[in-house]
Amino acid sequence: MSRRIHPAVSGAQAFQLAEREEIEGPILATEEGRERLEMTLSRYPQKRAALLPMLGFVQEKRGWISPDDMAEVAAALEVTPAYVHSIATFYTMYNKHPVGRHLVQVCTNISCHLNRGEEVLERFLDEVGTREGETSRDGEFTVIEAECLGACGFATVVQVNDEYFENVSPETVPDIVAELRGRA
Amino acid sequence: MSFPHRHDLETTTLLSRDQGDEDARTLSGWLERGGYERLRAAIGMAPDEITEVVKESGLRGRGGAGFPTGLKWSFMPKDDGKPHYLCCNADESEPGAFKDREILRWTPHLLIEGCLIAARAIGAGHVYIYVRGEFFPYTRILNRAVTEAYENGYIGDDIMELGWSCELTVHNGAGAYIAGEETGLMNSLMGNRAEPWSKPPFPAQAGVFGMPTTVNNVETLATVPGIIENGAEWYRQWGSEKSPGTKLWCCSGHLVRPGNYELGLGVPLSDIIFDVCGGTPSGKPVKAVIPGGSSTAFLTGDELDCVTTYEGMQEAGSSLGTASPIVMDADTDIVAAMRRIAQFYAHESCGQCVQCREGTQWIVRILQRIEAGDGELRDFDTLYELCEQMTGRTICVLADSVVFPLRSSLDKFRSEYEARMSASLVKAG
Repeated sequence: MSRRIHPAVSGAQAFQLAEREEIEGPILATEEGRERLEMTLSRYPQKRAALLPMLGFVQEKRGWISPDDMAEVAAALEVTPAYVHSIATFYTMYNKHPVGRHLVQVCTNISCHLNRGEEVLERFLDEVGTREGETSRDGEFTVIEAECLGACGFATVVQVNDEYFENVSPETVPDIVAELRGRA
Repeated sequence: MSFPHRHDLETTTLLSRDQGDEDARTLSGWLERGGYERLRAAIGMAPDEITEVVKESGLRGRGGAGFPTGLKWSFMPKDDGKPHYLCCNADESEPGAFKDREILRWTPHLLIEGCLIAARAIGAGHVYIYVRGEFFPYTRILNRAVTEAYENGYIGDDIMELGWSCELTVHNGAGAYIAGEETGLMNSLMGNRAEPWSKPPFPAQAGVFGMPTTVNNVETLATVPGIIENGAEWYRQWGSEKSPGTKLWCCSGHLVRPGNYELGLGVPLSDIIFDVCGGTPSGKPVKAVIPGGSSTAFLTGDELDCVTTYEGMQEAGSSLGTASPIVMDADTDIVAAMRRIAQFYAHESCGQCVQCREGTQWIVRILQRIEAGDGELRDFDTLYELCEQMTGRTICVLADSVVFPLRSSLDKFRSEYEARMSASLVKAG
């Protein structure tokens, strides 16, 4: 009996973790892009349902989603570019502009707030020398304040690209930043 | 105070037995633990039989609302010739809750098995597991498990060669709290903004892709295999008549031992906070607890003797919600905590309903003003008026969700708000 491999599996890369190779031109026109689109469409009875997965794929490749990417996804799924834009701006995880190599998201929601989450955020901003929502001059870090990341027992919770850092305190921030800087 | 449930505190490991054991993540490890035998049994049962067992067990939805699971399944039409869908809600994003990720990352096959049993019961041919986008590491673990299950014939065509087929797709969200609301989730799954819709139509009539759909929480579905294996009576050995079973508790805030604990329902809340979690690290008294995730009403430190069942928490003036107590010690600034909670709801409001879109913003601005020392006594009237206008008047309960903590904090910690206002009152006077 032949078994189909679950098509979404190969596509579940962390889309915050961009591969950062410069990709020129349309992403869905690449062989991988075509394959992913076909696999994704096969999982849903309606084309539009592939919208979130395909935006995820684009971001996985480019690190952000450009207006051209939105138009490309729109054409592939037979919706308007404006519609895709309305989706990309509704969901917080889609980067509408390029971000640093390390996207640092610091939760300051209630459980993290009670465990010095705001201080952790301030310390990250100090360490990398940028403002909230902006990217450091060296392009290494973008630091943003995040809503609940779903690990409240281990506050403060920080997500860097696809990775969770738990029990972060202002005192441990410099080590985390140094470790991230040292990564290839 | 007595501790009638004390003996339960360490013995209830129905859902969490294999958490922490990496071997249980693999298909071979799962099969060694009796995995997929419950699915085999369920495929041998008529769909109505499965629903009946779950109904008798009294299992209630673990996503926060506590709706009886078997009853929800029984709403699905029968022999209507349409495709049916099961959506597993793994968009865990209620502040305070972090239980579903433990199921995803330690026992993905338990979840898959539960999903397929539920799909069998409701006649679904396709399961979508909607995992919040931020959960990359746990999505990868789940995907590995799904792949293994597909490759070995536990998902897909002719499962275990028993003549029943069901597809399963893992779908990632992309950052929206409101996608955890069931109609918001279905809209998001269809490639729309995660805006909830007015019911009717109810999901069982016209849900995702316009077809009959059931949406169940991860913990709910992960509980189902045990009930199928051991029966409804077995499940009722824990908890109360109206709230049977065990619950994964997510304890956070000012605690010596925060984290996940599985307990039979009905343990006094104070036992969980002091005995299980060791009380506050500062050793100071507990000032306040939000017992069921940030969408539930504040309890004061003097109100912790309540019994942690759905009905017990309601009697105490709050609710069990997702069983996620957020504990605040005596030094906590209640105004700042409430302001932070309100900011979350303002950020996550989808913006469809005026009361919610504008109301959440108003609340944040007023609380910020009070926090800065510029509050006025009439702010109480405005805040209470907002609570009134934001209750039961919107498509979904996001607006109500901010009212529960807000109104209760105004009622129970009024002096804290007044203390922040006094400076400006003196100025005005």
